[in-house]
Amino acid sequence: MSAKKNSLSDLFGKIVRQQIFIPIAALFILLLFNLIFDPGFFVITLGENSAGDPVLSGNLITVINMGSELAILAIGMTFVTAASGGQDISVGAAIAIAGSVLLRVLCGDNTRPAAGELQTSFLVAFIVSCIVAMAFGAFNGVLVSIFKIQPMVATLILYTAGRSIAAWINNNELPIISDPEFGYFGGFIPGIPVPTPVFIAIACMIVAALVLKFTNLGLYTQAVGINENSSRLNGLNPVFIKWLTFVILGLCVAVAALIKVSRLSSINYSVIAKDIEMDAILAVALGGNALSGGKFNLWASIIGAYVIQLLTTTLFKYEVPSDALPAYKAVVVILLVVFSAPTVREKLAHLKKSPAAKKGVA
Amino acid sequence: MSKKIRNMTDSNMLLSITIIVFLLMYIGAIIFQGKGFTKPQTFFNILNANAGLIILACAESLVMITGGIDISVGGMTALVSMCCAVYLDHHNGNVPVSMLIALLIGLAYGLVQGYLVAYLDIQPFIVSLAGMFFARGMTTIVNSDPFNVVNEQFVALKLTRINVPGMGSINKKGVYVNAYVEIGVIIAILIVILMFVMLRWTKLGRSFYAVGGNKQSALMLGINVKKTKFLSHLICSVLAGIGGYVYFLHVGSGAVTNGQGAEMNAIASSIIGGTMLTGGVGNIIGSFIGVLSLATIQNIVATAGLGEAWWTGITIAAMLCLFLVIQSVLMARKKKMMKK
Repeated sequence: MSAKKNSLSDLFGKIVRQQIFIPIAALFILLLFNLIFDPGFFVITLGENSAGDPVLSGNLITVINMGSELAILAIGMTFVTAASGGQDISVGAAIAIAGSVLLRVLCGDNTRPAAGELQTSFLVAFIVSCIVAMAFGAFNGVLVSIFKIQPMVATLILYTAGRSIAAWINNNELPIISDPEFGYFGGFIPGIPVPTPVFIAIACMIVAALVLKFTNLGLYTQAVGINENSSRLNGLNPVFIKWLTFVILGLCVAVAALIKVSRLSSINYSVIAKDIEMDAILAVALGGNALSGGKFNLWASIIGAYVIQLLTTTLFKYEVPSDALPAYKAVVVILLVVFSAPTVREKLAHLKKSPAAKKGVA
Repeated sequence: MSKKIRNMTDSNMLLSITIIVFLLMYIGAIIFQGKGFTKPQTFFNILNANAGLIILACAESLVMITGGIDISVGGMTALVSMCCAVYLDHHNGNVPVSMLIALLIGLAYGLVQGYLVAYLDIQPFIVSLAGMFFARGMTTIVNSDPFNVVNEQFVALKLTRINVPGMGSINKKGVYVNAYVEIGVIIAILIVILMFVMLRWTKLGRSFYAVGGNKQSALMLGINVKKTKFLSHLICSVLAGIGGYVYFLHVGSGAVTNGQGAEMNAIASSIIGGTMLTGGVGNIIGSFIGVLSLATIQNIVATAGLGEAWWTGITIAAMLCLFLVIQSVLMARKKKMMKK
């Protein structure tokens, strides 16, 4: 009997020690909270939007819909964190730039194009914005990898300049695209009731999974993050790998920018993706990844991103004003990090163990 | 020359670069922008407008020297100014108590953040990120509408001007006007001097450098690493409370948008002043000059007729980039010379 109990507690301990346990536990706690206080949170209804197409609506749909950008950014941020041991705080500003480029290429000089008056196809515009976002990522990467500036400081440059550059690209005008097809990327494709961003996020995750499965990128970034010198002695090129992670983050930024801009069919340089860099870093931290680099778990980060979105949606549901939202978020974040802090967990484990040990002696 | 560079400490070298660039920039402004910058009052106005930021930059430098970071100082500025504004106007409070409120907010923040960072080993970035979120959210909960404080006692203090002896200029009417500074500037300069003395000559000040430079060897030297880290965050938050109050004294209003981006400006000033985020290297005088450089750039952009708002952001970023690259290249060169 006692042996069985021991193995059970061992199993429990093993699960608790898994990195992915923290975000999943947070996810379940939040879901449980909603289940207890208002089971209506889980209701999903099939309705019709203004165009008469079927759409799913409900709080859970909102979570996976609005959490898409954050999940996509969390992928890139995890790589950057793992390889460089620092974070990119310029992603919000970079999204503003990528979005601005996207609109500029689509609209040209005409800021109010009618449905058929777009300059190029969406694909061309998206590719251009990808290239620009990756170029800015590469700029950050050069500062970090070649000039050896700490990532947070290096990206502070783009953080300060990004929104100004975005405004400058469009001469501070706010183009509006009235073509309904442009709204598909951030809304619904007619006939499909699931929001498109969900598919884009899943596609990004699949690509990331394939990259991790078929290339050595994951191993290399971890090696560089754990010890740069020894990875160099093992024949890796730490400078290139660090640089590459920033370029990958640039690509993620471009995809997130497409969704963000498409949601509004327009852009507001000072507001778009505001504070998303903080949320993205938080997602990585909630996933239990060390912010000082080294080993990472991509899926934990992605779940972390959805946890943040679930928290936001839950708070909105209880009619917390959007400006006051950060205060509640802060409390939850502090609770989460305190309980996932290694020292606290050790103490907790010790507390659990000591009565059991006493029993054993008795 | 190369020998001289080799003999300089990191901190001194970075500081001298900062001072040289600041002087060049100011002289350039005088040459190309003309009269405005020759008036002493222009310089003192920069001080007046940035007294709060100077204190915040000192606070930030201290944490960065100890190897941490605190991004909650901007949020705290907003929280302090809003709490004090609400207390002064809606509750007919008096000024000394409002100062006490600012200090208490700083103290409370410092205790919590310091404990979490030092004793629970949570990354300072995450802790102060939560601190920033909390402060911004709390500010909205306390009061969401911006308003100007009309409390007489406070307004009198806000309008108090201290003449600078021997400095002044003749205005358009031909009358000699003495240059002045606000009370906040006096507080800021006192804090800069205090922090400089503390970091350079006291045991505690040196232990901040030791912990930031190398935790292991600091431990071997018998320094209480955790306590030092805790103290750095405590002092930083208390200073941020004071800085928030000084900022409040300058703007005289409570608003959610107060101190927006102040944390990044404080970090940028510290970096321009030669403080390194890796810890162990830094100088308070440098941070002071960093703030001045940042403000001078803003002034130059504003007076150069580059009216479009985006130029400020782009020039500051370009300057930051320049400084970072210079620092990085010089450090790399120095390392090479040391090896030889």
